[in-house]
Amino acid sequence: MNRARLLQSRLFWPIAGLALLLLFNLIFDHSFFEVTRREGNLYGPMLTVLRLAVRVMLLSIGMTLVIATGGVDLSVGSVMAVVGALVATLSTNQHLPFPALIAVALGIALIAGSFNGALISFAGLQPIIATLIMMVLGRGVALSITGGLPVKLENSGVLEMGRGFVLGIPVPILIVALIFAATALACRKTAVGLFIEAVGDNETASRFAGVHTHGVKFSVYIFCAICAALAALVSIGDVGRVEPDRLGQMLELDAITAVVVGGTALTGGRFTLIGSLIGAVLVQTLTTTLIRRGMPSDVAPVPKALVIVIVCLLQSPKLRAQLLPKRAAA
Amino acid sequence: MKIRRENLPMLVTAFVLVALFGVFSIFFTNFLSIRVIVNLFMNNAHVGVIAVGMTFVILSGGIDLSVGSVLAFTTIFIATLVEKHHFHPIAAMVSALLFGTIFGAGMGAMIQVYKLPPFLVTLAGMFLARGLAFVVSANELAIRHPFYETISDIAIPLGKARLGITACIFLVTLLLAAVIAHRTKFGRNVYAIGGSENSAFMMGLPVAWTKIAIYALSGFCAALGGVVFTLQTGSGNPLNGQGMELDAIAAVVIGGTLLTGGVGYMEGTLLGILIYGTILTAPNYLSGFDSSWQRIAIGALLLIFILLQRFLSRAAAQR
Repeated sequence: MNRARLLQSRLFWPIAGLALLLLFNLIFDHSFFEVTRREGNLYGPMLTVLRLAVRVMLLSIGMTLVIATGGVDLSVGSVMAVVGALVATLSTNQHLPFPALIAVALGIALIAGSFNGALISFAGLQPIIATLIMMVLGRGVALSITGGLPVKLENSGVLEMGRGFVLGIPVPILIVALIFAATALACRKTAVGLFIEAVGDNETASRFAGVHTHGVKFSVYIFCAICAALAALVSIGDVGRVEPDRLGQMLELDAITAVVVGGTALTGGRFTLIGSLIGAVLVQTLTTTLIRRGMPSDVAPVPKALVIVIVCLLQSPKLRAQLLPKRAAA
Repeated sequence: MKIRRENLPMLVTAFVLVALFGVFSIFFTNFLSIRVIVNLFMNNAHVGVIAVGMTFVILSGGIDLSVGSVLAFTTIFIATLVEKHHFHPIAAMVSALLFGTIFGAGMGAMIQVYKLPPFLVTLAGMFLARGLAFVVSANELAIRHPFYETISDIAIPLGKARLGITACIFLVTLLLAAVIAHRTKFGRNVYAIGGSENSAFMMGLPVAWTKIAIYALSGFCAALGGVVFTLQTGSGNPLNGQGMELDAIAAVVIGGTLLTGGVGYMEGTLLGILIYGTILTAPNYLSGFDSSWQRIAIGALLLIFILLQRFLSRAAAQR
């Protein structure tokens, strides 16, 4: 009984996968867990994995809530591009101070999120198509802001968000921890999480039960866009420049992958934020491990595909029934 | 003839296309010519072929995100077979088409047998095909087989312009697909599944086989799109076709096919491709209308068409 419950826990498989990968590295790649201190700051392959996974982790927090309502947000990559392009341009041309740049980033997130949210909750469009429109539009807007050219970022504050250290820990990792803690608290200590799950489980029933379903859906898309804006700031702070045609490209799919790998079903309903973070780290650890073992980085999509397929199959009731026929019946 | 409600989105699409063409022809003297129209077909043949397959998938209520990557894989696969392994181009193309069909059928089987969401399965397919394309070859590879040059030059003369082989492949595919969608049992099954999969199953329609066949067909079309692309560019490149799945979906939706499935026409997809192509040619005439404005225009058009469809279907529901 206990074993069956363990196997059915949504977090079991992602954690097991991650543990297996780390164990593999522990045995075959001794330098993987090395952490060195340089000028009081921490460095090492494991921290590099975390830093590489930061963008997807941030996106996956917002994406989890969107997917929990039964939706999906394809526009996060383009929102990142718009935020990155505008913030970098303003930092270079107008020399705006750091707080103003943050306000600009959040403002764009608010506009993009409201656009998605309004189309989905009030106009009743399918999330996939509404956010597809925003994805195409957003990329166009980002390109037209910079005229299609790469732009340099000249603001020490934003650069710190990508490269800085506080108490030896990289700032991006602290940002993820902060956003995660805030979101988890809001979802589990207030009724917000319950509302989101209710909408994802059965929208009609939750509307009749008095949940403001339109408002819930509208807000999660705004929250998702805000996460995308933060991911953009961290990302451009790290690189120091913006290529509007490449920033955030395909990251929406990576974020969706992380959420699904983490154990939140695309059909909506129950969600797990920590699972999504584990999913993001798992995919990045797998990619980094394979690259360290000599796989060309171009081939990185293949392991991602395999992880998605395996996770999908593990979640499929039919395959479970085929694997454990007796126990499922008993 | 009475105008049926299901036809309205397509009629609006046709109207937009005519209006777009009209405005362009008034402002640009050389625009309304047979050459421009022929080029519209030639330059967008690969997206067109993919959109034809996508139409079947969307009509059945599904989605296929893998097509752009399958196109990329096909181009580099053909180039490698011809250049490195000295296959005859015909043999290479047939193997590529076979690969696309089997790849699509595999995804369809996973979607059908394990009841997985098409979005996720084809997302995995997209990553897989892109990665495999880089496994085949990480760099662009030119095809220098004499046979390739011969068939690339085949064209039907049309007045001053020549309708090239790529446009011919697109038109033949479209014609066949229109017949399959609107005149065969398989086509009716696709519409039935898109309308309601449960009802289709209860009626005793072969839902499982039809769904697998739909994704196989889409995979075939994606591979055919790859063949067309090699004919256009004379090379294979694992970087080809990024984001092309979204272009194809956009063209299908602009063509009046509902993403919820069950409603739409193959002819609409042709109109969608032509509008898409016209927007892409705009920079040749309008200076300053660069790629960023193309995307904004396509996004805005998508928004208008989808809101219109939404409005029409709501109006119908209230009647």
